[in-house]
Amino acid sequence: MLIEQFNPLEDKMIQVMDENGEIVNADLMPDLKSEEILELYKTMLKARTIDSAALSLQRQGRLLTYAPNLGQEAAQVGSGYALKKTDWAVSAFRELGMWLIKGWTIEKIFQYWYGSEWGSHFGEEIRLLPISVPISSQLSHAVGIAMAAKFRGESDAVIAYTGDGGTSQGEFHEALNFAAVYKTPNVFFIQNNQFAISIPSSKQTASKNLAVKALAYGMPGIKVDGNDVFAVLAVTRAALEYAIKEGPVLIEAYTFRMGAHTTSDDPSKYRTDEEVEPWKKRDPMLRLEKYLLQNDLLKEADIEHLKTSFQEEAMAAYQSIEHTSDTEIEEIFSHHYAEMTPQLEEQLADYLAFVERSQR
Amino acid sequence: MSNKINIVQAVQQALYNEMTLDETVVVYGQDVGVEGGVFRATVGLQKAFGSERIFDTPLSESAIVGSAVGMAINGFKPVVEIQFMGFIYPAVNQIVSHVSRYRNRTRGERHLPMVIRAPYGGGIRALELHSESTEAMFAHIPGLKVVIPSTPYDTKGLLISAIRDPDPVLFLEPKRIYRAFRQKVPEDAYTLPIGKAKIVKEGEDITVVTWGAMVPDVQKAVSTIDDISVEIIDLRTISPMDRETIVESVQKTGRILVVHEAAKSFGAGAEIVSVVNEKAFLSLEAPPTRLTGFDTIFPLPRGEKHYLPTPERIAKKIREIAAY
Ligand SMILES: Cc1ncc(C[n+]2csc(CCOP(=O)(O)OP(=O)(O)O)c2C)c(N)n1
Repeated sequence: MLIEQFNPLEDKMIQVMDENGEIVNADLMPDLKSEEILELYKTMLKARTIDSAALSLQRQGRLLTYAPNLGQEAAQVGSGYALKKTDWAVSAFRELGMWLIKGWTIEKIFQYWYGSEWGSHFGEEIRLLPISVPISSQLSHAVGIAMAAKFRGESDAVIAYTGDGGTSQGEFHEALNFAAVYKTPNVFFIQNNQFAISIPSSKQTASKNLAVKALAYGMPGIKVDGNDVFAVLAVTRAALEYAIKEGPVLIEAYTFRMGAHTTSDDPSKYRTDEEVEPWKKRDPMLRLEKYLLQNDLLKEADIEHLKTSFQEEAMAAYQSIEHTSDTEIEEIFSHHYAEMTPQLEEQLADYLAFVERSQR
Repeated sequence: MSNKINIVQAVQQALYNEMTLDETVVVYGQDVGVEGGVFRATVGLQKAFGSERIFDTPLSESAIVGSAVGMAINGFKPVVEIQFMGFIYPAVNQIVSHVSRYRNRTRGERHLPMVIRAPYGGGIRALELHSESTEAMFAHIPGLKVVIPSTPYDTKGLLISAIRDPDPVLFLEPKRIYRAFRQKVPEDAYTLPIGKAKIVKEGEDITVVTWGAMVPDVQKAVSTIDDISVEIIDLRTISPMDRETIVESVQKTGRILVVHEAAKSFGAGAEIVSVVNEKAFLSLEAPPTRLTGFDTIFPLPRGEKHYLPTPERIAKKIREIAAY
């Protein structure tokens, strides 16, 4: 219903909870038990805490380049929470909140950002694809996964993420078109955080919004307040259900990247404080906290307590990988094919001999 | 049971055999379903296996290859067709950024049993970009395998191996000789090892390494020479290259000529010559030599006869090297 009825050409967006934590659209409020609402909150807070831990570790030189998530927790956690265990999620690279739900452990996530391929070896049973660096190239993988699920008659859906910048890629077009033609169970989820590094979304597209792009492919497109976790959850749930029955859906989650693009970026070069200011009021955590406090689901004192425990969890996870040894030489060679080629064997042996000799 | 078939029929039979034996094998691409492929390589398959397992796609190379990555991750063995090698470029992002890298980047957790087939090579009086042979571009990419057969028997055995391979294979089919000749080929499935060259003809005085549609041209050239004993090697797999067969041959003959269609500079011939220099330098009695396409854009049909090395030019080059 929600999916079919929404018309992105009207350029509105779906909101369930406003900036004051008031439910403004009770009809769409997802049916959640108190514990579930608290779980959403805790996951968002955990993501935010890990994110800030990662940033300070990076500043201390203990992590390498890192892409922060501040401000986007509702979009990530709301969409991730809508997935059932057997649904697949296909990452871009800024989905920390969703990753935690899918089961990518904090240790493994840190391991990735600390420069090891082992970070992306997180268990085949976890239906999550690792970070995809070439923007939007992951979207067609999601289509293939969905094609396979559909062929086998499974009722699993696949959510795939990209950014506002990602919608300018040819890969975005090819994947959405392919999915629409085969009516695959795909949900394409754009985190429109207003910037692709320094480029504002106004320079990515002349479309009214990003959801409207869906119409040309013959699929529904929905724009949702990406800082409203209830709205994101409601829309994603409906989209996943629709995708399994009818075919793909495009979601634009309207949000804001409060921090830098990555740790090597300085946003003051391309945006002013005035631009950032209004988004502080719209903060997804603040909003949910207000809701929880107003509804007696949480006490102020709990917040600090939770933060401390997540901080401890993050640091313990980091410490468990901080002193792991660098990549073994053999490993650099041994995972290119099921069996090493003679070329690889020879290059490895030469290098090992060199290393051994120089250590003598 | 065996039958006499040409290369394009061998492709069709390999697909037929594997689709029969393994229901996770699916085939898709542009015009492969209803029409059976612009070269008829998939003819009859949709009738036999239904449009679930062999189907037509949007005109979308990147999504064809990218979706195959997803299908391979989720339990299938996709064999996708790129209509001509000259149109593989929209999919290069997928091939280079994902297809070749998935096993390594997940430390072996997710690997991609998939095949990308494409007709390649020139000499068929075709339009622009229908004559490409850029195998070296792909052979340069770690994590890919690049296979080029030159006979119906090898085509079938190597394609079946490619489909059964746990890793991605780029399978390039020499379209100039798709229908050039027939050969007796077993009707049942069989495999041939990827990464192994074939000695087509044994000889003592000079080694000629070649592949694809140049193999019959080299054979023709050699048939005009009776005073020099030529060993012909059909490389069959460009990457990983069978260095052993080449090096052993050159250790015996002391001379080597590489013949390929692709442009000379930075081509696969350069790699072969380097291998020979590194591993058989002291056996050499003449400079390792290449006879290849020019470093030019493949000429349109009115000029293409000048581009490909002909049997006459090959024979002359063999004589020059033998007399060095
Ligand atoms: C194909 C490609 N081009 C350029 C880059 C470099 N790059 C990394 S992230 C990024 C911006 C992505 O913007 P968007 O899709 O809006 O996602 P966001 O960073 O805002 O989450 C760019 C240009 C890349 N990774 N891939």
